[in-house]
Amino acid sequence: MPDIVDRSVHDGRLALKVVDLNAWYGESHVLHGMSFDIREGEVVTLLGRNGAGKSTTMRSIMGMLPTRKGSIIFNGKEMISMPSHHIAREGIGYVPEERGIFSSLNVQENLELPPVLKKGGLSTQEVYVLFPALLERRNSQGTKLSGGEQQMLAIARILRTGVKFLLLDEPTEGLAPVIVQQIGGIIHTLKERGYTILLVEQNFRFASTVADRHYVVEDGKIVDRIMNADIASSTEKLRGYLGV
Amino acid sequence: MLDVLNISMPMLFGQLTLGLINGAFYALLSLGLAVIFGLLNVVNFVHGTQYMLGALFAWMLLHYLGIPYWGALLLAPVGVGLVGAVIEVTLLRRLYSVDHLYGMLLTFGLVLIIEGFFRWLYGASGMPYSNPLPGGTNLGFMFAPNYRLWVVVFSVAVCFGVWYLIERTKLGSYLRAAIERPDLVQAFGINVPRMITLTYAFGAALAGLAGVLAAPIYQVNPLMGSNLIIVVFAVVVIGGMGSIMGAIVTGFGLGIIEGLTKMIYSEASNTIIFVIMAIVLLIKPAGLFGSQK
Ligand SMILES: Nc1ncnc2c1ncn2[C@@H]1O[C@H](COP(=O)(O)OP(=O)(O)OP(=O)(O)O)[C@@H](O)[C@H]1O
Ligand SMILES: [Mg+2]
Repeated sequence: MPDIVDRSVHDGRLALKVVDLNAWYGESHVLHGMSFDIREGEVVTLLGRNGAGKSTTMRSIMGMLPTRKGSIIFNGKEMISMPSHHIAREGIGYVPEERGIFSSLNVQENLELPPVLKKGGLSTQEVYVLFPALLERRNSQGTKLSGGEQQMLAIARILRTGVKFLLLDEPTEGLAPVIVQQIGGIIHTLKERGYTILLVEQNFRFASTVADRHYVVEDGKIVDRIMNADIASSTEKLRGYLGV
Repeated sequence: MLDVLNISMPMLFGQLTLGLINGAFYALLSLGLAVIFGLLNVVNFVHGTQYMLGALFAWMLLHYLGIPYWGALLLAPVGVGLVGAVIEVTLLRRLYSVDHLYGMLLTFGLVLIIEGFFRWLYGASGMPYSNPLPGGTNLGFMFAPNYRLWVVVFSVAVCFGVWYLIERTKLGSYLRAAIERPDLVQAFGINVPRMITLTYAFGAALAGLAGVLAAPIYQVNPLMGSNLIIVVFAVVVIGGMGSIMGAIVTGFGLGIIEGLTKMIYSEASNTIIFVIMAIVLLIKPAGLFGSQK
C-alpha cells in the first residue's frame, strides 16, 4: 500500500488521512481503494464524473455505509469501525448532497437539530446575522425554502456545532450563479477562520476559486492529484476526466 | 328524533362516555403504534399484548405486593417499557435491515409466547381489579361514574401531552427528524440506536398505561389485548400513519361512533369500524390524516 505524501502548500498537521478505503452498498462494491489526505486549514476538492464515488466517499467517512474497509484516520484516531454518531462527535460536520433539510421541522428546528459538539460554534443569533433570509423564514417548514436557502440552512446548522472540519457535498449543485458566488464567499470566510474543508464538486471552475488542491475520482479510486496553482495548465486533462 | 329511536338522554350520555373511554384506549394505542412504525418500520403486533401486560402488572402489583392503583399507574407502564426495551435490544434490532414482514412475524410470535405463558399461569377467565374511584358525580346532564370520568380526562391529557412532546419540543424534533432520515440524524452526532430503543419502550409504556386504565373497567385477562389490537390496527389504517394529531382524533372519534352505533343498532357495533375502514381505503388509501408518499 503506497503511503500518500502530498507536496501540500500547507505544512499544517494532518487532519484526515484516508488509506485504501473500500465501501459497499449491499453487494455492490463502489469504492475500490480510495487514498487521500487533508491538512488542517486546507480546502481540498474531490472532482469526478457522475457516479464516480465522491458522495460515497463522504458517506463512508461519516460511517453511513454499513460495509467499509481500509483506514480513515481523523486527528490521529482510527474511525473505520466507529458508529456514525461517534464520528460526528470527533468533530466532523456533514452537509449532504441532497441537503437533508427535514420537512417535518421548521427552519429554526432544522437549524438547531445538530447538537453543539465543540466550543466556538456560532450561536443561533450569529447564524441569523450571517443568513438574514433564514431569520425571516424561521417558522416556515424547512423544505418550503428555495434551493439556495436550503443550502444555506444546511451549511448554517453545521456552523452552529462548533466543528472545524467540514464535508460539503456539491454545495453549488443546481443553484443560480449569484447563490454560487455567495457560497464561494462563505467558503472563503470559513477558510480564513481556519476551517478545514473537503469539498465535492463537478464544477471545476468553481472549485478552482476556493480550493488549494484537487483529487480526481474515477470508479471509486483517486486517479490524479492537481495543485490549484497548476489548474490552468491542467484544464485539458481535467476536461477529459470530467467529460465536459 | 331521539324519541323515535327510543333512546333516553342518560343512555345517550352513558354510551358516549363508554365510547370516549374506548376511544381513549384506541388513541393511546394507535399513538404508540404510529410512532413505532414511523421510526422502526416495524408493525408492532405485540402492542395489544403490551396493553394486557400493563393491566396484568397492575393486578400483580396489587395482588402480590399490595401496591394500589395509583402506584401501579406509574410502575406498570415503566415495567412494560422495560420489557419493550429488552425486546428491542435483543430481537427487533436485528431485523431493521430486512423486510417489514420479518418484524411483523417476530412480534406476532411474541404475542403467542407471552399470551400463551400468562394464559397457562392465570387461565383465560379474567381476574377482577377493584375500582379505585367508586361512586359517581352528577354533571347536571348526566350521572357519571367517577372512575370513567377520570379515565377520559386523564387519557385526553396524556394524548395531548404526547402530542406536545413530539410536535413542540426539542426532543420531539429529534424524533421527527429521525423518522425522516435516521442516518443523517446519527451523522449529526445523535445516538439514534438508543433513541430507537427509548422510542419503542415509550410506545410500549403508553400501551401499558392504557392497560392499567382498563383494568378496573374490564377484567384483567391474558387475552384482553388480542381483541383490542385488531380494532386498533383498523383505527391506524383509518387515521393514516404519520400524524400524531390524526391518531388521537381518529381514536376518540371512532370510539364515539362505535358507542353511538351500539345504541342505535347494536348488531353493527362490532363491524362499524371495519366498514369505515373499507370506505376510507377506497376514497383515501393513505388514511384520513396520512400523506401519500
Ligand atoms: N444507495 C445506493 N445504493 C446502491 N448503489 C448506490 C447508492 N448510491 C450510489 N450508488 C452507486 O454508487 C456509485 C457511486 O455513487 P456516488 O453517489 O458516490 O457518486 P458521485 O460521484 O457522488 O456522483 P454524482 O456526481 O452524481 O453525485 C454509483 O455507481 C451509484 O450508482
Ligand atoms: Mg454525489
